[in-house]
Amino acid sequence: MAAGPVTGPPVPGLRVDVDVPGRLRAAFEVPRGSVVAVLGPNGAGKSTLLHAVAGLLGDIGAVAVDGETWSAAGSTSRLVRERRIGMAFQGQSLFPHLSAEANVAFGPRSRGVDASAARAVAADWLTRFGVADLAARRPGQLSGGQAQRVSLARALATDPQLLLLDEPFSGLDIGVATSLRLELGEHLAAFAGTTLLVTHDALDAFTLADTVLVIDDGEVAQLGAPADVAARPLTEHVARLVGLNVLREGAQLTSFRPDAVTVSLARPEGSARLQWSGRVLSTAPHGDALRARVETSTGADLLADVTPAAAVELGLAAGREVWLSVKATSVQQYSAAPTPSATPSGTP
Amino acid sequence: MTRARPSLGAPPALLVAPAALASVFLVLPLVALVIDTPWSQLWGLLGTERVRQALWLSAITSLATVAICLVFGTPLAWLLARVEFPGRGVLRALVVVPLVLPPVVAGVALVSALGRNGLVGGALDDLFGYRLPYTTTAVVIAHAFVAMPFFVLAVEGALRSTGADFDAVAATLGATRWTTFRRVTLPLILPGLMAGSALAWARSLGEFGATITFAGNYPGTTQTMPSLIYTELQGDVEVARTISMILLVVSIGVLAALRDRWLRVP
Amino acid sequence: MYCLGMTTLRAGALAAALLVLPAALTGCGSDDEPGGGGGDGGEITVLAAASLTETFTELADDFEADHPGVTVTLAFDSSATLAGQAVEGAPADVLATADTATMQDAVDGGAVAAGPTTFATNVMTLVVPAGNPAGITSFDDLEQSDVDYVACVETAPCGNVGAALLAAGAIDHEPASLEVDVKAVLAKVTSGEADAGLVYVTDATAAGDQVESIEIPEADSQVLEYPIAVLEQADDADLAQEFIDLVLSSAGQDVLATAGFGAK
Repeated sequence: MAAGPVTGPPVPGLRVDVDVPGRLRAAFEVPRGSVVAVLGPNGAGKSTLLHAVAGLLGDIGAVAVDGETWSAAGSTSRLVRERRIGMAFQGQSLFPHLSAEANVAFGPRSRGVDASAARAVAADWLTRFGVADLAARRPGQLSGGQAQRVSLARALATDPQLLLLDEPFSGLDIGVATSLRLELGEHLAAFAGTTLLVTHDALDAFTLADTVLVIDDGEVAQLGAPADVAARPLTEHVARLVGLNVLREGAQLTSFRPDAVTVSLARPEGSARLQWSGRVLSTAPHGDALRARVETSTGADLLADVTPAAAVELGLAAGREVWLSVKATSVQQYSAAPTPSATPSGTP
Repeated sequence: MTRARPSLGAPPALLVAPAALASVFLVLPLVALVIDTPWSQLWGLLGTERVRQALWLSAITSLATVAICLVFGTPLAWLLARVEFPGRGVLRALVVVPLVLPPVVAGVALVSALGRNGLVGGALDDLFGYRLPYTTTAVVIAHAFVAMPFFVLAVEGALRSTGADFDAVAATLGATRWTTFRRVTLPLILPGLMAGSALAWARSLGEFGATITFAGNYPGTTQTMPSLIYTELQGDVEVARTISMILLVVSIGVLAALRDRWLRVP
Repeated sequence: MYCLGMTTLRAGALAAALLVLPAALTGCGSDDEPGGGGGDGGEITVLAAASLTETFTELADDFEADHPGVTVTLAFDSSATLAGQAVEGAPADVLATADTATMQDAVDGGAVAAGPTTFATNVMTLVVPAGNPAGITSFDDLEQSDVDYVACVETAPCGNVGAALLAAGAIDHEPASLEVDVKAVLAKVTSGEADAGLVYVTDATAAGDQVESIEIPEADSQVLEYPIAVLEQADDADLAQEFIDLVLSSAGQDVLATAGFGAK
């Protein structure tokens, strides 16, 4: 390639336009180097997206990474082993008969690196994840957090273009997950390629990612920066994750925070549109307040924060019939944009 | 050092009683054989050429059978478990058929295919002048034919239970299918390979009907231990019993030596 | 342990059953005569050497025709096996073997109640498959190393005599295989899997066009005598004796002679 100024629009790090029948229909693109947190309820199709991009589901549409076509409709797709991906699976899936070091060295060795050089690469990555002393141990002798570190090292050791992480912190103790999250953040910052990180945890999304992709019921529901998604969630799932109340009427969404909700026993005055009657489902401490989950007569569940004193006064407990209201000034209204799709800029 | 065991209570009689009956059922004939054997004859018979030849033949043919199963049966099991192709179900069923064939029928089938006038055997004879029956090779073929289904079933079972997930993991790490088989699949199914080999070896050791029908019965070339025992039954039953004992002792010895290391499934 | 895939076993079993069924229906070995009501008739079981298959089947039919309601069950096997079974107390009434030695085993084992009586004789011959693919013209041709010929195991009457004849003919070349009974030897020859086989003259007769016979020199010096006896464990000793009487009668002797047996 000739040196000189790059002309034309920047090549997207990842462009996806896939259709896995019955499971997922997704089209989007993100710039190179993005860390994309993939959020969504169970069974929405998050892991399916990862498997589709990896090539594990066969010919399912178009996938292009750093401008290289990995698969395209109407032509044969690149084999899984020819794609430079680093994948960390749910449950780690470390080879049980190989040591931690051999596991990490497996990728480089399979790609032609000789045994001793591969071992050196593996040792280096294990050190970077702080588990160099576990090099000789078998996966069966590792704790959850240790195994997850080895799994991540194994994914990164192949120097991939695309990093696919499937719920890397699931099943870990809070303390272990927290420290691992910090470490991963550092590694991701140093990683030049694009990352897709499937997670259930809002914390992962907002501390590690620069882009959030929300998948709901097999469709892309929202794509945007974490702050935007948190402020204006388009799905109940994300709303719950960030602790917001969201009501949807067609393409119009109304959101308000739980601490803006007033709980009373008698019907309140004010705009009827912002009033709901309902029954308390559960209460739980939330910071200094008590957060009540209320099933309203419209069918939607709403969260309301009350002070402990008010809770006592209202006799707030599961089963209590209450009225909820919120001031018009505390409410945000926004519309759902059409599902973000990749408009191909340039050749696929 | 006593190991703490959970207080689950005594095993229920509904399970112990049938288990005890089964144990007696299996052990009684062996015990009777041991008691009935004229042990004094054993050492003497062991020295006769007929017995030695038969022992030697049984040993090499059973080992050759295991080798054939490992080299040819393992890929077949892998193909059936990991690769989707048209007719896979049919092939899987056909591979199992020798398992349910009466051994003599298996022998007849082998003659039809590989005998001097057989489908392929006839061509072999016409083109190369090579005839399979009455050779030790024919014995190994007969043994492999009846033993391979055991081996393939055991290994295919092991392949199914270790899961194809690791194949996907290896692929994402850049490994070819052959590398994956060599470095991931094979080590993980090692217990299954051992179990399959043990089954194949045992079946080969006891094989009689197909061998005598296809390969023949001649000391030194085709007379294995079972054939020798059957031949002796025609004449001296005591001798037959003693030779049976020899085979039993050898088999138990090998199984005992292998049991702890290979047959235990993790 | 490991799941063995029950669906594949079922499919395999079905396939095998379909393959085996024709073989089972045309099975050789023990012959079950269809019984005609059982009540007032009787039932006898006859253990007979393999070489008596065709003749005794015919005699059994004749016996049933003469004795309506009576069932004759036949079991053909090598003489040694049958003698052994008789001594072990197998439920049978009559024993007919291909030589006196095996019958003596039965006598020694206390299995014989009445007899034995010799009812026929037999000599051995060499047979080759129809068309004589190996081009064998005399007994001496067995000496050639590329000839695959089969004989009975020495512990069977046919093997005993066969070995003696081979020794008398100074044949050093060993047989390719030793079969457990004479019918197995014959089968190898008729199917063309062996170039030649040592069988009884009666077997050659029974095989008809499928084989060609070559005389064995000195064969007449090795005559096998076929004895028949009533067994101790016979349920109906009288009926068993009646069967033996049929075998010894001129009608029975005719059947045996037609098959190639010598006179008693």
